[in-house]
Formats: sequence, structure tokens, C-alpha cells
Amino acid sequence: MPKQSPEARVRSFEEVALGFTKEQAVAEARRCLDCPKRPCAEGCPVEVEIPEFIRLVANKDFEGAIEKIKEKNSLPAICGRVCPQEDQCEGQCLWAKKGQSLAIGALERFVADYEREKGVEPPPRPKRSGRKVAVVGSGPAGLTAAAELARKGHTVVIFEALHGSGGVLAYGIPEFRLPKEILQAEVNYIKSLGVEIQTDKVVGKLYSVRELLAKGFDAVFISTGAGLPHFMNIPGENLNGIYSANEFLIRVNLMRAYKFPEYDTPINVGSRVVVVGGGNSAMDAARCAVRLGAMEVAIMYRRSREEMPARLEEVLNADEEGVRFEMLTLPVRFIGDDRGWVKAIECLRMRLGEPDSSGRRKPVPIEGSEFTFPVDTVVVAIGQGPNPMIPTSTKGLEVDGRGAIVINQETGLTSMKRVYAGGDIVRGGATVIEAMGDGKRAAKAIHEQLSRT
Amino acid sequence: MYEIISMKELAPKIKMVEVKAPEIAEKAQPGQFIVVRVDRNGERIPLTIADYDAVRGTVATVFQEVGVSTEKLGGLKPGESVMDFVGPLGTPSEMASFGRVMMVGGGVGVPPLYPQARVMRKLGNTVVSIIGARTADLLVFEEEMRAVSDELHIATDDGSRGFKGFVTDLLRSLIENGPKPDRVIAVGPAIMMKAVSDVTRPFNIKTIVSLNSIMVDATGMCGACRVSVGGRTRFTCVHGPEFDGHEVDFEELMARLRTYMEREKASLRRYKESQRGG
Repeated sequence: MPKQSPEARVRSFEEVALGFTKEQAVAEARRCLDCPKRPCAEGCPVEVEIPEFIRLVANKDFEGAIEKIKEKNSLPAICGRVCPQEDQCEGQCLWAKKGQSLAIGALERFVADYEREKGVEPPPRPKRSGRKVAVVGSGPAGLTAAAELARKGHTVVIFEALHGSGGVLAYGIPEFRLPKEILQAEVNYIKSLGVEIQTDKVVGKLYSVRELLAKGFDAVFISTGAGLPHFMNIPGENLNGIYSANEFLIRVNLMRAYKFPEYDTPINVGSRVVVVGGGNSAMDAARCAVRLGAMEVAIMYRRSREEMPARLEEVLNADEEGVRFEMLTLPVRFIGDDRGWVKAIECLRMRLGEPDSSGRRKPVPIEGSEFTFPVDTVVVAIGQGPNPMIPTSTKGLEVDGRGAIVINQETGLTSMKRVYAGGDIVRGGATVIEAMGDGKRAAKAIHEQLSRT
Repeated sequence: MYEIISMKELAPKIKMVEVKAPEIAEKAQPGQFIVVRVDRNGERIPLTIADYDAVRGTVATVFQEVGVSTEKLGGLKPGESVMDFVGPLGTPSEMASFGRVMMVGGGVGVPPLYPQARVMRKLGNTVVSIIGARTADLLVFEEEMRAVSDELHIATDDGSRGFKGFVTDLLRSLIENGPKPDRVIAVGPAIMMKAVSDVTRPFNIKTIVSLNSIMVDATGMCGACRVSVGGRTRFTCVHGPEFDGHEVDFEELMARLRTYMEREKASLRRYKESQRGG
């Protein structure tokens, strides 16, 4: 898929990937081997009928193609952009073994964009069931569950704590990967299904889960995400200039600090930035730092490049944009100046030892390898845990040792009757599409509950 | 959108805004705060609740106009609205019958003490309040505090009203010369809360402070408000805003409060120029 040149994109937050033209899309779709086993569709957590939509694209029936996708997926323009297709549909494609798999994500994005530019028809409203469901959190799991339930005729209200809808899609994923305009369009589509979104409503503070049930909601779906930032717990971590990835990305994405002072929320970047971690949030933060004008941006990771959990595409994008990779390096202490600002990181070099429980080779410190790395800003992007707001305010809701809500894997039902959960509040930090799969599965179980009672 | 019911100037640059927010008014408890975002481009600013009225459905907060966001907020009139008003956030104050409770407030820290003092007194505590400001003109919520205190003491830095000196001087003399308080609650600038904690430490009096850390989401997601308490990193927004003052690392808090000072100054200059330019 065509992309903006690295030179152009490091100066703006505009979308990096440019998308297919009609001709490119049709030509790509015609590469599909139409294999009878449909391995691509097997790899999709929301069960999009991939070969069928690809065939419609090949026949230039773009409207038919987007309708086919939307039967299963209410957020196609988002999934086409942020799904890790290489691990799912595209990873299963027969072409993957022979070289380049079919660009399924790019085709999904193409037909979704085609429809949006043309104007999306709101679907006909189904007959009202008279039943009400509350969804807590408007991220990918919540939006998907809400859309599925609204399609069945249930009244759905989403309670969102922040002022903008979309959860991690709004606060976590930068404009250059997922333009906010596209997010807004998909959120508007979900509203057009009859879903009401109430922003500024912190469930766990303003109302409890039990109060929602008492207020007349027949079921509650909890999808409050992985909002708890992890820190390294090493000396000096509270110095000025050290951000969690969540804070850095919320300032940039949700609060638009990259437009300060037109927008009121500030951010400090300085000239030397180190992002600690190797996941997608680390890549996002590093690429934001480049665009905010930092002179040198480095990703610091304790294992080697091969072990980084980030999508390969995002690692390559960061690389092209001039991000340095300081691999096999572990921060052990932050060093501050006399005014409380971070000025350097004391680090250790590592080597890879025996494989650990995750199957990856375990990083082992090299004795005597201490060195200091000068910095103005540090972003700690070593992961996040389940948001504790609902678990700590809901007695009787079972959570595991990490604070993740425990569910029945088939239905999403929690230890409380009529209360379901899904997405990162259960998984602790997974992908958009897995969260959507959870939303879909819980919606099915909720619908069955409502049909029974 | 949340409607502004009233906007009162209590002192130069210090205003009280009352916002229509019935659900928050019903749930609010002493010690909690709200987040306000004035307009589409606004930042999320945390402000401690100064009063709430479930019957009228209103929540009030007192703020000082120190930057673009608070200037914008202060410029709004009744009938106009703020874009977002979120709450009640944070853990409520611990309310119980402690015995003799001293409330120490400085500047815009006085109003948040008011709902606490009101409830503390209802619970049978003897409430002794010490309120202060740089000068008499800047003293706010005197009458409100008087109405809910058994004793009210006033201090101003320049002596233009009440005792000449800091609230901490007055606090020390009250502790040394009177019955020892069972609990001290201090709300005000970080430096004042630090000084209060230093005064009470040798007397071993439990001292609760309400921290005014920088926040973004204010629901526990970003960690901007992290502070060391008893050697552990805590988030002011969810674990606080109240902590044991004897355990708070105030030096770290004060350094972190300076994070955006330069940028905020530049932004305020720009804002004021744009206001002048019409």
C-alpha cells in the first residue's frame, strides 16, 4: 500500500498510509486464490467473511463488499488500519507462504473509506425489544458489543469516562495511524444504529455497576480497558520529564498537545527522547516524539529487535522515521538535575540467555556494562494492566491476580449475574480486534440472556 | 455541556463557579474533586469541590485565575456552559468522630475545607479552623468557615487581618497552648501543607493534606499525578487526593508542579494578547 515518504511524514501528524486506488484494490483482490479452506476467515476474531468480500472487490462491487464486512464488523475503517493482519487473516493466507500475502487489511480499509467518502446510509432500525443494556467504556470492545446489541433491537447506553469516545482508539493510537476523523465517522455509524454514548460519566464513581442494574438496565457489559500504566519501579522514576506511555499518548492524541498553544494541554519533549519498551505503544510514542520535534529519539529495549512485541510494520515505520533502536539495554536508574528534571538514564547492557516461560530468550545483564544515556524526556512504555476503577468499586466481582476481571470464556459472563466483561479489562493488554471479538461474543450471550428472561 | 449557574468573584483573581450537575451533586462527598474542560480546545483541570447541593443539583468550586484555562473559566457568565464537568473523582475524606479537629486552609485551599468542616462538626467533632491568605483582600470563605467551626482563627502574611504571620505560626501556638488536636487537616499551596506537616510531626498528630498534583485524565490512567507517599508511588487522582502529610514527599510534589511552568507562562501571554486584540 502506498505511504507518505519518511521525510514528509516526520513533519506532520497526517496519516502515513495512503490507501489503495480503485484500480490497485481491484488488481490486489484479483490475486486471491479463492482457496476452498478459507484459512483467512478462520484467522479473524470477528469472523468477517473475507473471501466473499474480496470477490466482491474483484468484481468492482465495492458497496457489496463493505456490506459483507459490516455484517460481522462494525468498525471496518479502523480494523483495516490497526489490526495485526500479519498474525491473523493475512498470516493464514496461502500467498503468505509463497511470498506476499493478499493485502486483506488494505482492502478492508479501501472499501470502508470508499463508503465513508460516498456517505454512509444508516441501516434500518430493528423492532425495539424493550430491553436495556449498559456498556461501560467506549473502546473497541464496548463499541462492538453496543453495535451488536442495537442491531438486535435492544436499547444501549455507553458510559464513557473521558470527554471523547473511542477509548484507546482515541487516547492511545496516534492520528498518523488512525485519523480521529475516521474514528469519529465509525463512532457516528454506531450511534446511527441507535446507540447512545454518554461521555464524562465515570462508572465506579458517579454510579456503581449495581446502581446501573438497579436503574433498569437488564445487563451490563464492562469494557474499561487496560488503563493502568506500569512503571519500572527504579530510582528516579518520578523525576520531571518522565512520562508513562499512557500520559504521553493521552496528551498528544486525546488532548492534541501537538497543537499547543492552540490547544491548551502542554507537553515537554526536548531534544533527546528515550522510549523504554518494545510494544506498539512504544513505537507510537517514539513516532509522536519525532513529529513533536525531538532531535534524537531512541527505543530502549532489554531484549533484541526480534523479540519486540510491536507489529513489524510499525517497527519499520519508526525505523524509516529515524528512530534509533538501543537494543539489549536495561534502564536501572534515572539521574536528575538539581531542579528535579531527568537528565540521564543509567543503563546496563544485556545478552540473551535461555528461553523463559514466554518462549523468548531471557535477557541477562552483562556485568560491568553500566553506562549513562543522556536524555531530556523519557517515556515508559513497558505495558499496562487492567483499569482498577470498576474492580475496586464493585464488591463481588471476581478478578485474578493481575486485577483482570474473570469471565466465562464462552459468554463473557463475570462472577456477577447479568454482568459481562471483555477486552483489555479481561485480557490486560491485547489487540483492538481481540477486544472486538470479546464484545461480539458477550453481545451474543447478553442477547440470549435477554431472550430467555 | 454543563450550565453555569453563578460566577462570583470572591477576591481579586479568585472566583467561585457553581455548575448545574445534578448527578454529581447527589454523589459528591467532602474531599472529592471534579475535572472541568472549558471548551473544545481546553485542557482537563482538576478542582476540589467547595460545595454541593443535591436539591438544587449544583456543584461549586473555587479557583484562582493563574493560567489560560482558569482565565477562560473565569470569563464565563451564568447561562453559559463548560464543555465537560466530570466527577465526583478521588477518594472522599475520612469522616469520623475524632474529637478535636483542626482545619488549616490557605488561599483557595480554604473552600475545600468547608464541606469537610460541615460534616466533621455534624459528627460531633470540635472544629477549630485556621484560615489564611497573603493579605486581607485575598481571604475567602471566612463566613462559611465561621458557620461550621467552633473556633475560627485568621492569619495574614502582612497582618492586614487577624494574626500577622503564617497559618503555621498560629497552628503551632494553638497546639502548644491549647488542647492537643486529634487530627489536623490542611489544604492549600504545597509549601503550606509541607509546613503544616512539619509543625505537627514532632507532636505526632495525624495530619491529612489534599494534594494539587498535575492531572490529565484524573481517573488513574496516566500517572501524571504520581507522588511518593511513605516511599511508595501513589496516584493523587485515585489513591488521593488526601494523604498522610507526614509521608508525602513534598519536594518531589513541588518539582512536579513546576513541569509546565514555562509553557504555561508563554501560553498565558499569548492568550492575553489575543484577548486585547479582540
